[in-house]
Amino acid sequence: MRVDENVTTGGDSYYVAAKKNYPAAVSGRLRTIKWSVLIITLGIYYFLPFIRWDRGPDAPGQAVLIDMAGRKAYFFGVEIWPQEVYYLTGLLVLASVLLFLMNAVAGRVWCGYLCPQTVWTDLYFAVERWIEGDRRDRIMMDRASMSAGKFLRKAAKHIVWLLIAVGTGGAWVLYFGDAPTIIKDTFTGNAAPIVYVWIGILTFTTYSLAGFMREQVCLYMCPWPRIQAALTDEWALNVTYRTDRGEPRMSVRTGQRAKAAGAAVGDCIDCKACVQVCPTGVDIREGLQMGCIQCGLCIDACDTVMKKVGREPGLIGYDTDMNIARRSEGKPPIYRIVRPRTVLYAALIVVIGGVMAYTLATRAFQGVSVLHDRNPLYVNLSDGGTRNGYTVRLINKRPHERHFALTVSGLPEGFTVEAQGVAAAGGKPVIGVPADTTRELRVLVMVPGGVSLPASTPIDFYIVDTDNGEKASTSDFFRTAAAN
Amino acid sequence: MAHEEIDKVTGVSTTGHEWDGIRELNNPLPRWWLWVFYATIVFAVGYVFVYPAVPLVSSYSKGLLGHSQRASALAETEAGQAARAEVGQQLASASLEEIKNDPKMLEFAMAQGRAAFGDNCAPCHGSGATGSKGYPNLQDDDWLWGGTLADIEHTITVGVRSTSEDTRMNDMPRFGADGLLDAKQIRNVAGYVLSLSGSSIDGADVEAGKEIFAENCTSCHGEDAKGSHELGAPNLTDKVWLYGGDEDSVIYTITHAHRGVMPTWGGKLDPVTIKSLAIYVHDLGGGT
Repeated sequence: MRVDENVTTGGDSYYVAAKKNYPAAVSGRLRTIKWSVLIITLGIYYFLPFIRWDRGPDAPGQAVLIDMAGRKAYFFGVEIWPQEVYYLTGLLVLASVLLFLMNAVAGRVWCGYLCPQTVWTDLYFAVERWIEGDRRDRIMMDRASMSAGKFLRKAAKHIVWLLIAVGTGGAWVLYFGDAPTIIKDTFTGNAAPIVYVWIGILTFTTYSLAGFMREQVCLYMCPWPRIQAALTDEWALNVTYRTDRGEPRMSVRTGQRAKAAGAAVGDCIDCKACVQVCPTGVDIREGLQMGCIQCGLCIDACDTVMKKVGREPGLIGYDTDMNIARRSEGKPPIYRIVRPRTVLYAALIVVIGGVMAYTLATRAFQGVSVLHDRNPLYVNLSDGGTRNGYTVRLINKRPHERHFALTVSGLPEGFTVEAQGVAAAGGKPVIGVPADTTRELRVLVMVPGGVSLPASTPIDFYIVDTDNGEKASTSDFFRTAAAN
Repeated sequence: MAHEEIDKVTGVSTTGHEWDGIRELNNPLPRWWLWVFYATIVFAVGYVFVYPAVPLVSSYSKGLLGHSQRASALAETEAGQAARAEVGQQLASASLEEIKNDPKMLEFAMAQGRAAFGDNCAPCHGSGATGSKGYPNLQDDDWLWGGTLADIEHTITVGVRSTSEDTRMNDMPRFGADGLLDAKQIRNVAGYVLSLSGSSIDGADVEAGKEIFAENCTSCHGEDAKGSHELGAPNLTDKVWLYGGDEDSVIYTITHAHRGVMPTWGGKLDPVTIKSLAIYVHDLGGGT
């Protein structure tokens, strides 16, 4: 409790500079999982833009693409238009419920294994260990005065870090255009300025957040540790030091003496391996705390030590405080992953995912929207009839040109519909809309004289694909001079 | 300050001021802030020499770059005009039909026409081009001087009863005011005229009105009363009435006549703008 110390001792400063962590290398089951996650997630991030996907001659051939200029997003066989951005909302809702579920099952799984901050920091730690050596070497080197060797190692580390950072920014921009073209343009200096700006921004954030800020991002910048405190419950499996087994902690030799004297001896030999491997520098033996990102590296470290001293592994493990209490009372531990909370989250995921998949599978590939003229609302014609003008926009989301017959309903017989610049077939204007685009045109609806209509009549506009009969509709009003 | 007082907790000197026992620490500015401040001073000195900055008695310092907001605004305007010049020249040599059938020229003409209409025509015809009593509605299908592209272009160019030598012109007699018809005759002819579009007036002898119409009105409005685009004579059989189609309005029109005026735009607007206006107005409700 640094802050308390400073207050109670009447210290000179309320501010303490962050202590640099020197996490030691560790190997084990969870470390292997973390390496796999790192390789998979970064692999996806860096190489996804290079996957090609054939969408025909008029559409981009990149599997995952956010086409800002064309205002479309492509994800393999799915194409999202700006007006369908609610799929993104749905995806975010799904992601948050997924986070809730992970949290209810095993605490901050996201923080420990999947968060970009964790993954990139892990990669940076790996580079650091590779160039500067393990914990002890790094501490020694930082304490030593500057020498040619130290300078070379430090420089090499920062160069590799910067290369990774530039790669992070470089991969980011590939999602917004044709990846091979962007790479060529970037290296030949022909890319748009915004490309360099974004590479610069992500280079800066990656280099500073993963290289220098590290666990301080989790402690001071990220809201998730705070949110998860409100989402967790006593059943969630968190990385836990099993005090019932570990305490009283003492070294192996002291333990032998104490045992001989008949005193209680815990399994923890106080070697501090768990503290040394921790990427955020916490002591897990102090219990569940905000600084702990639940990566489980202390579990691997402790298991290694336990094996060495010939004791049971699992002194630190995914467990609950409740089970510690139960075991101290001599009761068996209970683990309950399936409980109302997790069932509810899982059900929500299934429902939201199902609704999204259903709407995506059944969404229309055409649309129509209508805007009534604001001035004039209606025009009186020489035969006593009335004309209303509309701006009609037809949407064709298929990758080929389509023809739509436009019809209007809701008015008495005898009215005519005229789309400007479009020929009519059998009384209906047939409007061609090019592949993957929208077409806006003026439509005039005329009701002849002698037909009595109220000031406002609700009408419907229909478009029907002349080839396959797919349709869309929207409603508007037909206005006349009639006083109410 | 009489003497420097050091705050025990922070080791920082105070300003020496005290408010209700609270003293203010004399912390220096953050170093980065100070450097930004110095940088702005350096920038300002450079700015004074490079850009116009110092007001003199009748002029100002021009700066090394010779920058001028007026010049850059003019350059932007010229660049805009140059960008439009190409299509503008196309428009100048193209016929109205050619413009109408070429999507690029049509888009340009519609945009220019819409803007020019708002600037020049909207005061009388309204921003929605629906006109009002005495000012023709350009949205409908009824045209006094013809609704073809060529007719509309000509009307805009020469105006109606305007100062142009070629102005469109007609002269309806003031049948009542000048004593050509008496009140009863006017009532009868008004009754006949309104009967053509399905209305009626109490106490009007439609048959007598028909005879008066044949004697006095057919030379302009035609025997079928459908008017004439050449003479600018309104069609009296339809439901569109420039000066009102109710009993009082029609009787007033026959008695006093109306002589609406539209200015000539030939000398005021360039031919390309007039073409664009014709295209735009024709698009609103033009026809024949």
